[in-house]
Formats: sequence, C-alpha cells, structure tokens
Amino acid sequence: MAPKIGVVTFPGSLDDQDALRAVRLSGAEALPLWHGSDSLDGVDAVILPGGFSYGDYLRCGAIARFAPVMDEVVRAANAGMPVLGICNGFQILCEAHLLPGALIRNDVRTFVCCDQRLVVESNQTAWTSQFEAGQEIEIVLKNGEGGFVADADTLERLEGDGRVVFRYAGRNPNGSLHDIAGITNERGNVVGLMPHPEHNVDALTGPSLDGRPLFASVLDFLAARV
Amino acid sequence: MARVVVDVMPKPEILDPQGKAVTGALGRLGFSGIAVRQGKRFELEVDGEVTPDRLADIERAASTLLANTVIETFDVRVETDVAGTVDEDAPTPLGGTDHPGHDIDHLDEAR
Repeated sequence: MAPKIGVVTFPGSLDDQDALRAVRLSGAEALPLWHGSDSLDGVDAVILPGGFSYGDYLRCGAIARFAPVMDEVVRAANAGMPVLGICNGFQILCEAHLLPGALIRNDVRTFVCCDQRLVVESNQTAWTSQFEAGQEIEIVLKNGEGGFVADADTLERLEGDGRVVFRYAGRNPNGSLHDIAGITNERGNVVGLMPHPEHNVDALTGPSLDGRPLFASVLDFLAARV
Repeated sequence: MARVVVDVMPKPEILDPQGKAVTGALGRLGFSGIAVRQGKRFELEVDGEVTPDRLADIERAASTLLANTVIETFDVRVETDVAGTVDEDAPTPLGGTDHPGHDIDHLDEAR
C-alpha cells in the first residue's frame, strides 16, 4: 500500500493543491488535512504548504503555529515523522520551534519571484536522500519574507552539524544569513525551505523537475522504516 | 479596567527592512540625520485589576505569541488604571474649550 502524505490547509494557504499534486505524482497517496482538526488522519508524513496563512498577520506563521492541527504535527515531528515546510510552512516550523531561527522581510524590500539555483548541502535528511550532496538544482522561489536569520551560536551549530540542507547559489535573493535556503532538525526528519519544490515536478508547469527528488526521498525513507 | 501596553522591537542585530525604508523616505523628505527602527505596539484592555499574577500572565502571552523572542524583544507596562482616577479627572466633552463644535462656530463667524 502506498504511504499516505498529508498536506495541511490553513486559512490563506495557497500551494496546498500543488503540494497534493506533487505527492500524487510521486506515487504516494495524497491526503488533505485541515488546520482546525486535531488529527493527522493516520498519515505517514506531513507537508505544511506555502501561502499566507492567517493573512501573515502578526508575523508569518505566528498564528498558524497555534492551529489545532499543529499540536499533532509537533508531537509527530518529535516522534520522528517526516515533516516538510515549504515557504510559509518553513516560517510556521520556525515559529513552532521545530526548526531554529526565523524568517524576516527580504533585505531587498521587494517580493522576489524567480527560478533560483540552489546547492543541496545535505542528503542526510528524510526529504533529500535522492540528491547528491553538492548537487546544483533549480527551484521556484517566491516570497516577501524569506530572509533566514539566527544568532551566531545557532548558525555555527547548523553549519557544524551539517544541518544546512539547501543554500542559494549564484546570488542571495533575500539576505538570508550564510545564503541559507533550507535547514533540518537534529534528527533530519523535519526540513524547511523557502523555495517551492512542489512547483518543479511537471515539465508543463515548471522550469525543471528538480523538486521531484524531495518527494521520492520521503517515499524511500518511509519504505526503509517499515 | 486597565490598559497594558506591550512594545515589541526587532533585536538590534536583526536587519529591519521596514525601518530602513522609513529612514530613506524621511531623508528624501528633508528630515535628515534620523535613523528609524520600526516595531509594534499592542494595547491590551484588561478586565479587573492588574495584579502581579495577571501581569505575569501577560508577560507569558507576550513571549508566547506577541513577540518572537528569536528576533524580537518586548516590554510590558501598565499604562492607565481607568477604574481608579480617570472618571473624575476626565474633561467633560461639552465643557472643554477645544470642543469641536466650538471651533466650527468660530470658523463660521470668521467667514
């Protein structure tokens, strides 16, 4: 039986349908999850999609982080379930303290929308095992508040422990410290990134298919766990 | 009822693009030599008395939701105790010399 991957829809989520589609294309069963639910409906992995949950009021992800479903996401993540946060999902994971640091307004003070080159720095996570370490890929990037910041100790720890997963290549589009585009937790099951791999899974709608390995990786991870 | 104010500011070492934009705009308007950092002010209307326990609760609310202490600092202070003094001392709307109606009359006369 194909593993079940859930995608949470918050009020203001934009890319939940794209994430569900990316999951289906990968061969997994895609399950929509609702922010107001207190159950993950037996899924094997969770994706928090991009968008502007709760209108980005207060801070991006600050209110979504306390949605009823997040109690279960936090509990499952701490128990080892693969969780992927894309863009707004990354912001929610940081607000929920599942990942360190925070995302602030882009230093260029504009919304950035482009095809962004990235280096995959770590393939030692549940979501990146299908990449080669050091591989260069191109993924859609679109955000207004994508500047990754953390204090010096946290940055040192992230770098030292190999927890920087994706780094911007060519140019830094938003002022992220250390050109960080994505990070993981200590265990490697929770990954957050600002670029949108769910938009790079189909030649018809994306400039590359470089997003596919993320979804293939988690299937591998789940298959190995059984 | 009391009002508790929570001020939230980006930490000094955190880039503040909004403040930078405002600083730039002020410079273009001729307000030179001014650097702005932009934060947020929350006004909390609190039922009943602000006891030390209540204030501790509000501090917790501030650190849980109002501020992200990874990137922001916050300051909590009790601004007014409305129940105590304000009722007696508040100027009555019709008695003040700066009543809006007064100004309008005055303007009419001037015309």
